Amino acid sequence: MYPRAFAYHRAKSYPDAVRLLNQLGEEAKLLAGGQSLIPLMKLRLSVPRHLVDLNFIPQTSYIHSNGVLCFGAMTRHAEIATSAEAARIPILRDCATGIADPQVRNMGTIGGSIAEADPTGDWAPVLLATSATVRTLGPNGERSIALGEFIQDAYTTALQPAEVVTEIVVPQPTERSGGAYIALKRCAPVYASVSAAVQLTMDDTQMCKDARIYLGVLGLTATRVAAAEDLLRGRQITAQRIATVGEAVMDIAQPQSDMRGSAEYKRHAAGALAKQAVEAALKRARGEQAEVMHLYA
Amino acid sequence: MPEEIPRVRVGVKVNGKQYSREVEPRALLVQLLREELNLTGTHIGCDTSYCGACTVLLNGKSVKSCTVFAFQADGGEVLTVEGLAKNDELHSVQQAFTDCHGFQCGYCTPGLLMSTLQLLDDYPHPDEAEIRKGIAGNICRCTGYQNIFKAIQAAAAAGSRR
Repeated sequence: MYPRAFAYHRAKSYPDAVRLLNQLGEEAKLLAGGQSLIPLMKLRLSVPRHLVDLNFIPQTSYIHSNGVLCFGAMTRHAEIATSAEAARIPILRDCATGIADPQVRNMGTIGGSIAEADPTGDWAPVLLATSATVRTLGPNGERSIALGEFIQDAYTTALQPAEVVTEIVVPQPTERSGGAYIALKRCAPVYASVSAAVQLTMDDTQMCKDARIYLGVLGLTATRVAAAEDLLRGRQITAQRIATVGEAVMDIAQPQSDMRGSAEYKRHAAGALAKQAVEAALKRARGEQAEVMHLYA
Repeated sequence: MPEEIPRVRVGVKVNGKQYSREVEPRALLVQLLREELNLTGTHIGCDTSYCGACTVLLNGKSVKSCTVFAFQADGGEVLTVEGLAKNDELHSVQQAFTDCHGFQCGYCTPGLLMSTLQLLDDYPHPDEAEIRKGIAGNICRCTGYQNIFKAIQAAAAAGSRR
């Protein structure tokens, strides 16, 4: 399958990419790793006249830690999966190691994933749970946007027409903080059916100081489950408490039946994933090891 | 739409040999390999990024060549199934697939061989879960996975590396 013909433009730098977008107008699209865009173009669901290629811009793929963790927008999922810096925030590693399959992880980028804002993408719930910020460059200079404001709707972000994502910034979680991300998938290469991201912060008396719980896939954007967070905040997290979180998630989740499963199936899956993610996050917040694997069913 | 879309020059080393071709921007890496360079060992299966039949190594990393534009390989190095055997001798991963009957119709085999190289790079001694995860992006429609598993285990035991 061939995409519709398009003209090729190789950006030399981010300012050059902004200049090209400005000059080419609305019919230009950016190419990062291409793992979503290229299939969409082959199916002619996306038919850009111009493609601005970000792959040859030097120094756009990196992971820096200096108080916060910074990911260059072109950092590939596989690089994050094997990064010692990223492994210090285990929920990021859960996400990066579970995205699609090895081939897709070798090409796909964190910046591309966030800029696409696909409701079924893996990064959004994880980066929302960890309060990430998106750095951008546009004709009016640089901006820093909280991810919750950056993602506005399905496939819709706060990016201006000639603006480029340059960096994703994740604050270093405080002590006694731990998170986990689990997705339920039909098989590796497809998008998840449901996913849950949990980040917990405990105090020194084993009380939960803060909880952030996001569900992926079920809505147009990742869904925050505040009622489930409230069940944990300010309390000891017992097995019974975790069970009530699962029930609350099941009550609040409003999945739709589709080829990935019935609404009822997904509601149960969301509750089960949230419980498992809370259990793993709690262990990690206590400094214990917890292995998390995506589930294939 | 411009009437004449300029073609893109792609310079790429494939299986150790340097090539330079002018292609349409929309040409995919798999089309460059098969149609321009006549390297038809890399197969197109689903053409939608699911099946992994088109897997090659680009700069040492496994990619689905139906989901990479040819221009993304510019200045890079590609290894395809044709680059595995040396002097009429099968690569040890190919030998393991042969010995263990790790294929039935053979359509998925080139992609699985390349994914096995990536897997053994990441995990020289993979356990069962690592093998499953390592070839999760490759589908065998004969469903001959059992022998593919054995072949990968045999290749690892033989110390196979790229």
